[in-house]
Amino acid sequence: MCQVGEDYGGPGPAELQPKLPWRGDCFKAYYVHKFRAMLGKNRLVFPGEKVLLAWSGGPSSSSMIWQVQEGLSRESAKRLRFVPGIIYIDEGAVCGQSPEERAKTVVEMKLILQTIAFPYHIVSLEEVFNLPTSVLQPVSQGPRGFENTYKEAVDGFIQQQQQQQQRAPEEGGGEAVLSDEQIQEKLRQLSTQDPVGQEEVAGDSLPRPAQTTALMTLFSSVKTLTAREELLQTLRAHLILHVARVQGYTKVMLGDSCTRLAIKLMTNLALGRGAFLAWDTGFSDDRHGDVVMLRPMRDYTLKEIAFYNRMFGVPSVFTPAIDTKAPEKASIHRLMESFILRLQAQFPSTISTVYRTSEKLVKAPRNGDAAGAATARCLLCMCALDIDSTDSATAFGAQTLERLAQKLSPAPVLPTGAPGRPCCTKGTRLQPGCCRDTRPSSEREEPRASFIEQLCYSCRVNMKDVPFLEPFPPYILMESQCRSQRAWEKQEVQEFLFEESEEEALHPLGFSPQF
Amino acid sequence: MAAPVSVQVEFGGGAELLFDGVKKHQVTLPGQEEPWDIRNLLIWIKKNLLKERPELFIQGDSVRPGILVLINDADWELQGELDYQLQDQDSILFISTLHGG
Repeated sequence: MCQVGEDYGGPGPAELQPKLPWRGDCFKAYYVHKFRAMLGKNRLVFPGEKVLLAWSGGPSSSSMIWQVQEGLSRESAKRLRFVPGIIYIDEGAVCGQSPEERAKTVVEMKLILQTIAFPYHIVSLEEVFNLPTSVLQPVSQGPRGFENTYKEAVDGFIQQQQQQQQRAPEEGGGEAVLSDEQIQEKLRQLSTQDPVGQEEVAGDSLPRPAQTTALMTLFSSVKTLTAREELLQTLRAHLILHVARVQGYTKVMLGDSCTRLAIKLMTNLALGRGAFLAWDTGFSDDRHGDVVMLRPMRDYTLKEIAFYNRMFGVPSVFTPAIDTKAPEKASIHRLMESFILRLQAQFPSTISTVYRTSEKLVKAPRNGDAAGAATARCLLCMCALDIDSTDSATAFGAQTLERLAQKLSPAPVLPTGAPGRPCCTKGTRLQPGCCRDTRPSSEREEPRASFIEQLCYSCRVNMKDVPFLEPFPPYILMESQCRSQRAWEKQEVQEFLFEESEEEALHPLGFSPQF
Repeated sequence: MAAPVSVQVEFGGGAELLFDGVKKHQVTLPGQEEPWDIRNLLIWIKKNLLKERPELFIQGDSVRPGILVLINDADWELQGELDYQLQDQDSILFISTLHGG
């Protein structure tokens, strides 16, 4: 279609795929179309829904916001129909930036955000120290027939729009689905306000120095860059989730590009997250239940994004990341990035092959799950726990055995209170360390051991590089304690529960007698 | 004998970090025996402009994968990559695509 030498009057040509030079206008049409096709094909964003756009300042997320802005401003029939907001997380503390540098970056970000005129939330990573434990608890979403509901919603929306145009403008309040005009009005109102949510942003001031120190302590206690990057991603995800929940956003859009996702897929395989690839690299990630993470940029290569941004003047701000200027072998992420990119230079179909493969990954339904009992989730990444600790043939089983072997002779622990006298009265809540605590002493003494128990395989591997639990934000430690308390209590009452299986009936004490 | 060539070299997307944060450089390449092409330009940049960590910018005799090169706003792959002969007043832009998301 577009050959080198033909003049379409647009900006200069570019070779984005092998042997396929593009001219400016065709490229723009192709680029915009991809974005809308991605959203339209997946049918997950409903009209009038509030969608939070995660912006890092980098080229991919900037391009995404630009596409959303263009999409919302088109003529009515083809207009994108959701209500956007933007979140920017200031991670300067862990990337080695001084408070002055961070303030300067935030000012630059604000300049751009103000031209975009969507409501925005600027949050610093230190806010993780104020998060509630509810962030770690997935909310179960009721079953939805996606296809029908989406079509109905869109039809209803269009119908309503037509009715709105016929009726007088003063009417029309109280409908569940926002009309087009209402969306525009809402955008106008919200864009004149400063970021809402007083508990997250204290105006223009930077976070409290104590929290910055706590955050830096946490990250400097982590021994490897790999574990640090994983921890940063986890905390960032929790923070975005919390802001989305508090502000009423039901969807979050992330700016991960095709190149990034191909690298992420291979990196996650190396990190032991093979079971969760569909969630980590797919278009939609519904592990949190009520808030769904989307990746609308997953069809664009970094090269396309860079070209588009350059040609059409999309503003972006460069901020150093945690691995800026790190040597090639500093972390698994870096290693995989240079591996994939170098391979791509010689074999230009590498990234698209990895990408196509990732598209085929399907989220496997858990056995016997349905709407019933929730499967246990990893404390940090909130994916379903993929472990079978009794099977020593798996890497996981081997890990568990190794850990147990290290605890052959734990130091004996005296129960609290004088010997011979119980330390608690009947009816008080059972506490770990109490005289009635019948757990093995290794578990009692080590909150770390029970913390590790609550993680999936790859999070456990990461924890090997994190020597201390104390610097973790309170919400993680509290939730961990809560879960192990609950598990312990459940174990205690297990023998008194009537189980449905035959096995339990035969062995009322809850364990099989040794023959 | 190649005449001196005056070009504008620009860095973006984070690549400027390796050049003291300076994005635009107006450089005059001295006259020399061989004609100025991108290959020689890279060697010149490494010697004269690059302040630190050369391996993050240059790999072998080309740029590191992930760094986009635009010659007069056009992809260098369409113009011969390293063999493109520099003309006076050309604009060479190096964008690191690896930063941010």
